[in-house]
Amino acid sequence: MSDYLTFLWRVFRLSFQGGWRFYAWMTVLSAVSLLGLHAWTRQFVEGLQTTGMTNQVSWGAYIANFTFLVGVAAAAVMLVIPAYVYRKEHMHEVVLFGELLAIAVIVMCLLFVTVDLGHPERFHHMIPPFGVFNFPGSILSWDVIVLNGYLLLNLHIAGYLLYSRYRGRPPTKAFYIPFVFLSIAWAVSIHTVTAFLYVGLAGRSYWHHPLVPSRFLASAFVAGPALMILTFQVIRRVTRYWIGDAPIFTLRMIMTVAMIINMFLLGSELFTEFYSPTEHAAAAHYLYFGLHGHHGLVPWIWTAIALDVVGLGLLVSPLSRQIVGLNIAGLACFVGIWIEKGMGLIIPGFVPTPLGQVVEYLPTLNEVLVCLGIWSFGLLLFSWMLRVAIPIMNGSLCAHPHLNLDRTP
Amino acid sequence: MNASPHNTVSPRTIEQVYRPLTRRTFLKGSAAAMVGVAGLMGALRPLLELEHGTVTLDELLQRHYRELKPADLRRIMDQLAAKCETEYGVHPHLRDIRPLANVEFGYALNLTRCIGCRKCAHACLQENNQSRADATDLEMSYIRVLELNKGSINLETSRTDYDHATVPAKDKFYMPVQCHQCRESPCTKVCPVQATWREPDGIVAVDYNWCIGCRYCMAACPYDARRFNYQKPTIAPAEINPNQSYLSNRIRPKGVVEKCTFCLHRTREGKYPACLEVCPTGARVFGNLRDSNSEISYILANKRVYILKEDVGTLPRFYYFFDK
Repeated sequence: MSDYLTFLWRVFRLSFQGGWRFYAWMTVLSAVSLLGLHAWTRQFVEGLQTTGMTNQVSWGAYIANFTFLVGVAAAAVMLVIPAYVYRKEHMHEVVLFGELLAIAVIVMCLLFVTVDLGHPERFHHMIPPFGVFNFPGSILSWDVIVLNGYLLLNLHIAGYLLYSRYRGRPPTKAFYIPFVFLSIAWAVSIHTVTAFLYVGLAGRSYWHHPLVPSRFLASAFVAGPALMILTFQVIRRVTRYWIGDAPIFTLRMIMTVAMIINMFLLGSELFTEFYSPTEHAAAAHYLYFGLHGHHGLVPWIWTAIALDVVGLGLLVSPLSRQIVGLNIAGLACFVGIWIEKGMGLIIPGFVPTPLGQVVEYLPTLNEVLVCLGIWSFGLLLFSWMLRVAIPIMNGSLCAHPHLNLDRTP
Repeated sequence: MNASPHNTVSPRTIEQVYRPLTRRTFLKGSAAAMVGVAGLMGALRPLLELEHGTVTLDELLQRHYRELKPADLRRIMDQLAAKCETEYGVHPHLRDIRPLANVEFGYALNLTRCIGCRKCAHACLQENNQSRADATDLEMSYIRVLELNKGSINLETSRTDYDHATVPAKDKFYMPVQCHQCRESPCTKVCPVQATWREPDGIVAVDYNWCIGCRYCMAACPYDARRFNYQKPTIAPAEINPNQSYLSNRIRPKGVVEKCTFCLHRTREGKYPACLEVCPTGARVFGNLRDSNSEISYILANKRVYILKEDVGTLPRFYYFFDK
């Protein structure tokens, strides 16, 4: 126990050690997080009128970001599967970063849901015995369980592996391997359940569509690895932890396959909506071409499609065998899918309304600040976790340095 | 994670990992911490503007409506009434009105007769104390009157913002839409905290003191029947209806969802809903579905009845019908 407390104390002290770049980076992130907190506090006091949402478009940027990020968190599984199922040695070097990323991103997801609530202080209404939890009826209650479960699983796995490494002992398999395999299924479940939030609503024909969960997973397995590819390069450049090209190119392969599936599903969706345009295609029509003179989402979705196409083109071509080409592809896919999931999936679910009215949505400045704050807080959390995890992983911080010193020549 | 040869740096002692704590680093650290705390206080500053009584311990500890003992509910309602008086200048007659035995309410609307005058939507606003910018602001009214082109019932080309000098306009017909009090209500199914549920008489109610404001019910509703209080309701004291009930027309807090309750504070006491009473053409029929002699039962048995969005499978208790 006292060993563990010493460990925590060392980790705490380590959190505040770094070069001027580290301080500058963390200061900027903290400042933007505080700006977001300020915006959210204003929203808490004045109500959600500070957002661009209306009775007609009752979910906006918060839920859009939430949906996108659940996918990014789920995509950690794309490091876990090669490492643990296919036993790719080179993936073991980086799998922990995937788990840490999942932790940071799930926290962001929970924050995005919380800021969307009209009464966040009544959050305990969901937690028995204080509250009434509508389980299994409400898919939102399923989402609460799977998201928090995924967070706990990853906290346990990452925490246990790091602590073992710090102590200089090999981890006991029984303590983490079962959880690793559980987390694989669980990762798929978080994004599936999140898709079911929308698919389950028969009154919204744009969402009530069996392809949605598959497309959610396919696009998530592009966006998540894209982010990790970029992250790995940052890690190998600024820390004393070398990541070779092998994991990066494994992820490139995963991204390519997932992106092909994603674009295929998109094509199927477009065919269904537009070949025989029923009344149910109104939302898709609004999204791609505008409806009754309203064109708010048209530039967004075509930007997303353009980015997706550029990304896919690069991924399947030899250009992305160069790291620069791969980075451009990753960035294009990441932004493209972020738009697709947000402005392209959540908002058209509300436009037109079930009664046929077109009310457009655009986030307000305050809403954007809250979103930026949460993104920034997520980055802060992830940077902090890397800051303390990397010295443990490369062995510079361990429980008994003197023992190790003797052994290492 | 494994110790690949690339990634093993020589272990360092704790003294090497950490910079030692000196007077200089201590002072720098303290200064940074103070800046951080100041930033946090600045970020939370809007909380100072929070109105007194917005978040109270009593409210945080309150149970769900259906778990409340009568004495607790009475106390809560007294507090709500007092709050209404301080905030809006009107002391309401606030009651908890329970469903009647062997009653299931149904509503039918005659599309042949409706002329689109929107008197129902205005009456709804006056009866139910919704927020409004002025008397013409119908955004929060529970009734949206659609203007449709004759020849089909195509919601896609309907309008709610029509503005003619007289109604009905040529080549148009009108369809007021409000909560359908569905038997298979998607809104109650999706609510994560059961803040909205079906009462024994079929009315879908909301406990405004329990709703967390996630708006999932609004996404689930196929009839656009739910409204959200994006701000604290604004309503002039002269326009407040003091005859209020806990589950229906009491003034809502900000951040919760509200909806049509078939005016349960009226209908559970034998009166008609406000929208029916005001209708100049007699297009609205309200009554007990379990009473085979009621007018509503007669209409459902004998008229050409239309159910809006029947394909969604919500089994509404709200019907449209045609005369000739």
